[in-house]
Amino acid sequence: MKEIILTPKELPDVGLIAETITPDLFAGKSIGKIASLLIFAGNQRKKLGDFFEVAGKSADDASDTRIVIKGDITKVKMVGKGTKAGEIVIEGSAGMYVGEEMRGGKITVLGNVDSFAGQTMRGGELVIKGNAGDYLGAAYRGDWRGMRGGVILVEGNAGAETGLFMVGGKIKIKGNCGTFAGVHMKKGLIIIEGQTPERAGAEMTGGSIVVMGDTDILPTFAPVNEEKNPEIDGEKLKGTFQTYSGDHAERGAKGMLYKFV
Amino acid sequence: MQESLSKRCTVASDVVCPFCGTLCDDIEVDVKDNKITDVRHACRIGTAKFFSVLEEGRPTKPLIRKNGVMVETTVDTAVKKAAEILKKSIRPLLYGWSSTSCEAHAHGIAIAEEVGGVIDGTTSVCHGPSVLAIQDVGCPSCTLAEVKNRADLVIYWGCNPMHAHPRHLSRYTIYPRGYFRERGHQDRELIVIDVRKTDTAKIANKFIKVDYGRDYELLGAIRAAVNGNEINAEVVGGVTKEEIQKLAEKLKNCQFGVIFFGMGLTMTSAKHRNIDNAICLTKDLNRHTKFSIMPMRGHYNVTGFGEVLTWQTGYPYAVDFSTGYPRYNPGETSANDVLQRGEADAALIVASDPVAHFPRKSVEYLAKMPLIYIGPHHTPTSLLADVFIPSTFVGIETGGTAYRMDTVPLYAKKVVDGPKGVLSDEEILERIYKEIVRGK
Amino acid sequence: MASLIIKNGTVYDPANNVNGEKMDIYIKDGKIVEKAARGAKKIDCNGKIIMPGGVEIHSHIAGGKVNSGRLLRPEDHKKLVMPKTKLTRSGSGFSTPSTFMTGYLYSKLGYTTAMTPAMPPLMARHTHEELNDIPMLDKGSYPLTDGNWFIMRYLKDGDIEKAAAYAAWLLRSTKGFALKITNPGGTEAWGWGKNCKSLDDPVPYFDITPREIIKGLAEVNEMLGLPHSIHLQANNLGRLGNYETTIDTIKVPSGTKNKDRQTLHLTHVQFHSYGGDSWKNFESEAETVAKAVNKTDNAIIDTGNVTLDNTTTMTADGPMEYYLQSLTHFKWMNRDVELETAPGITPFIYSPKMSTAAIQWAIGLELGLLIKDPWKVLMTTDHPNGGPFTRYPRIISWLMSRPARDEMLEKVNAAAGKRSSLASIDREYDFNDIATVTRAGQARSLGLSETKGHLGIGAHGDVAVYDIDPDNMDPSKDFKGIEKAFSAAAYTIKGGEVLVRDGEIVKVTYGNTYWTNPHVDKSLEKEVLSDIEYNFKRYYSVNLANYPVQDKYVKNPIELKIDAQKVGA
Repeated sequence: MKEIILTPKELPDVGLIAETITPDLFAGKSIGKIASLLIFAGNQRKKLGDFFEVAGKSADDASDTRIVIKGDITKVKMVGKGTKAGEIVIEGSAGMYVGEEMRGGKITVLGNVDSFAGQTMRGGELVIKGNAGDYLGAAYRGDWRGMRGGVILVEGNAGAETGLFMVGGKIKIKGNCGTFAGVHMKKGLIIIEGQTPERAGAEMTGGSIVVMGDTDILPTFAPVNEEKNPEIDGEKLKGTFQTYSGDHAERGAKGMLYKFV
Repeated sequence: MQESLSKRCTVASDVVCPFCGTLCDDIEVDVKDNKITDVRHACRIGTAKFFSVLEEGRPTKPLIRKNGVMVETTVDTAVKKAAEILKKSIRPLLYGWSSTSCEAHAHGIAIAEEVGGVIDGTTSVCHGPSVLAIQDVGCPSCTLAEVKNRADLVIYWGCNPMHAHPRHLSRYTIYPRGYFRERGHQDRELIVIDVRKTDTAKIANKFIKVDYGRDYELLGAIRAAVNGNEINAEVVGGVTKEEIQKLAEKLKNCQFGVIFFGMGLTMTSAKHRNIDNAICLTKDLNRHTKFSIMPMRGHYNVTGFGEVLTWQTGYPYAVDFSTGYPRYNPGETSANDVLQRGEADAALIVASDPVAHFPRKSVEYLAKMPLIYIGPHHTPTSLLADVFIPSTFVGIETGGTAYRMDTVPLYAKKVVDGPKGVLSDEEILERIYKEIVRGK
Repeated sequence: MASLIIKNGTVYDPANNVNGEKMDIYIKDGKIVEKAARGAKKIDCNGKIIMPGGVEIHSHIAGGKVNSGRLLRPEDHKKLVMPKTKLTRSGSGFSTPSTFMTGYLYSKLGYTTAMTPAMPPLMARHTHEELNDIPMLDKGSYPLTDGNWFIMRYLKDGDIEKAAAYAAWLLRSTKGFALKITNPGGTEAWGWGKNCKSLDDPVPYFDITPREIIKGLAEVNEMLGLPHSIHLQANNLGRLGNYETTIDTIKVPSGTKNKDRQTLHLTHVQFHSYGGDSWKNFESEAETVAKAVNKTDNAIIDTGNVTLDNTTTMTADGPMEYYLQSLTHFKWMNRDVELETAPGITPFIYSPKMSTAAIQWAIGLELGLLIKDPWKVLMTTDHPNGGPFTRYPRIISWLMSRPARDEMLEKVNAAAGKRSSLASIDREYDFNDIATVTRAGQARSLGLSETKGHLGIGAHGDVAVYDIDPDNMDPSKDFKGIEKAFSAAAYTIKGGEVLVRDGEIVKVTYGNTYWTNPHVDKSLEKEVLSDIEYNFKRYYSVNLANYPVQDKYVKNPIELKIDAQKVGA
């Protein structure tokens, strides 16, 4: 694995669109070429090098390329968009859309991420050590096919509408999760180790949501039975869970909610 | 215009009222010496809008901030200054648009594209959630005379048209006689669902009081009942299971039903998911009978802004041109988000008053940046402006296109001349655009 | 206006029986002329083919329904974007492109005219506002008359002259070009959540059948002497076994004749050529339908090809869109319009792996290949219903190349080969056929063949040049080259101005909007107007005075005045 180190300089308030920061575009490029990749600062077409010190060396192949971002990039959007292979490590907090449309590889954020992380993700691994914003692993506006594959792990809390229109893959949240987790979900698995206030699984027609902490269950979910140490999509859970089917606002809904008891 | 019997004034008829989304087009306006003397058929608020053109102290001269003080200037200078601010900005926000014409919208969009800015409408803070829901699940709807001619069941949910859209019931939904509803309101049932007994609820055949913030649960429970599923609670949102089941049967067994919803649904608790579930309920009901749903749009041309922006860019509000092509994601590209993240560095506000309506944090940012304001009145926003160009009233002093809440387009005509020297939003924006592209 | 000499190209101009001849084309003052004008600019087209500018007879590019489709699909818009350039505006949308982008994309394909086929009269202002924002093309739109209360009542009462006078008023009021009928009667039935399921299934409360509506409107159309025939979307679109309705429909207006053109344009017939009685035994009946078209002398069709894309379906056939979303459970818009019609919209994914989609793909091509006379089968995708118009180059390659089709048959669900006759068809279109189904035939069907769809003297200087050397290219073998060449015109010339060069926009213009204005007998018109007034007050939601489209809404209008005074006289 070869490493490219990006050290943020002073970042402007307008926010940056940096969809070019991905191993797929860095691979096989010289430091100079990488530094001249396009970044939008508001309506200004700028170069990556205008905002980051670029050091290290990229591999010929994305899968052997690791990008390490040394610092906070809360103002930077779309880092790792569409990543197919390789690795990104952000040693601080990141802005919106981290790992949007990601297909493979791994992105690790040591701090927090803003909303829309892992939007319409198809594969790979997105690890967030801090908290995530709203719409984690969600569909883009209007898309009825959201996250299709891959794994998202949040060690802190996540916001509302996590896994909106999810049709595959896994989302694990160690902390708490906002309302409407798994809304419109069709397939896949969401595990919330903390609590989620209410409306988990709203309008879901398939897939599974596990809640270890407190939650209010919608009146349109029906209790099914108690299960001990269930295994869901290859995840082995410990303990006893009350299961509910739903959301029966929908016709023929086959979603499952597991509530730790 | 025709001479009236007394020949004392001229009468403009078939005038479109530029106040709310009901867009009544049967207004008569008497005019004498270019002054409105009487307004007929319009509701109280509509009438007031027509008379507001006569308001004392209405601004007629452009103002520009010099050393912290607003001083009078010429239109040319104000336009130049506005263009300069927008050209210099690297993340301009262009906001408002709901109370002006589609012709003005088109110029606004052209400016936004030219300067690589973010353009957003007041939809963002009223029916934006409805748009998000429609994009997720669709929207079975109809034009308003479909309701007049066919509806035997009308529901108002989270809205109070008696106050906000006073002629909605009498023109389109409850009182008029329709082709298949010859006895008018006697042939229809009115149900109001709200958190309190509003004036609309008072005239309803049935009022269902829902607990504050529990509309989503109630909607889901009605859907479950309509779809033949169990409800796993005795009371949902303050309404008993039996009542919910009875309501579901009623909805399924009408001939033509319709749900109108307002900000009581879009701006509380589940917001866009309320609308999502209400639309899905409407879809479910179409398996049993005919059902439609419609947002009660507030400002008279908030619908039109969405239409123009959609056909020109593909998206109905919160469009970001910074990358050269339209990008859309409310939550990122919507006015309040762009402000509260501190991204915007200049703003053009047209035909709206965000300073009065936005959250404090957004207003604080607006106050910090160069601000251009175009509109007919002094408003809290105009007070913060660095450039203020007063404009005429569309639909009274200037003609223009507006779209009714059911997307029917109408031409709102001019009935009197505006104050001397005051241009229309359309003209002002066109001049700003030309100034921006001049020499490019 | 510019003068041009288009030199040395190989010309395909089927309306003038020019089939692949090397000749020069001269343009002066926007029109094709006999000889070169002094100082004319020369364009060398050696090794290239030349056709009249493309003419589109049926493409949903503007209006309330199209815009609802755009609103409904941000996820589609994100897929294809066009940044602003010095010359062009920005835009977005794969299946429902925004207006500016629509014009640019058509122009890049060599098209110079496009008609949007389904305008609810009450929404006409909206359609025109959008047409005004579509650059590069001449345009027009067809007001919908399928569920129109006036039409149904006049026809029911046998008052065909009043129906004609009303239709004339409607065309004038909407600034419309032709009469469109979508699922006749069915759209009114949809007001109650119902549909008309056959030609003889009466419309609830109106006591008239789809057959009577079609027959009556065909007569009305010819009484008024409109340029285009009635433009009909038959009942039962997309339903299993609907080919029977289609064949029946072709015969309905057979008593109505016109010496210059068809009296029935039956649109996107791919969606109407279905056999089988369950989706499991769904099969093509294109052969049967093609036979019926081959036999008739007064009906022509357009294909409505399926291109196997993720697209947006939109039609005024509300009950059909409802039915479709009930199969897919995708999001769904419905837009019933009072007293007039009932548009609906829902996305659809024609997955090549799906048997039905693969068969639908085959049916569109079968129709093109089995209908013998190319003048009777025009190429469309019913944009965006079967797929976006930007796929035309691909359809051209399928029509011109059996190997291209064979390659697809290998890739798509095997049902396409088994439950259609496509695999057994050898026919390959030549350039002349392509010019017919994409230009000449479309212009003739529209009744605009005097100035459009050909390169004879007096025609508009609308020309498309493609980078294809017919002497050194075998379209059957090099079908990928065909697709590529038709995707990016070497030149698109409109009114003598070069708008596209090497597939790039080099100039932006805004074309004309065509509308027809038939005048009937004054006293009849007066009588009908008083009916209109009476009913407007009671049943419409707008005042009559606010209904007609004001002149200002039509940018660059071309009004076709028609003397129909004999109607009612």
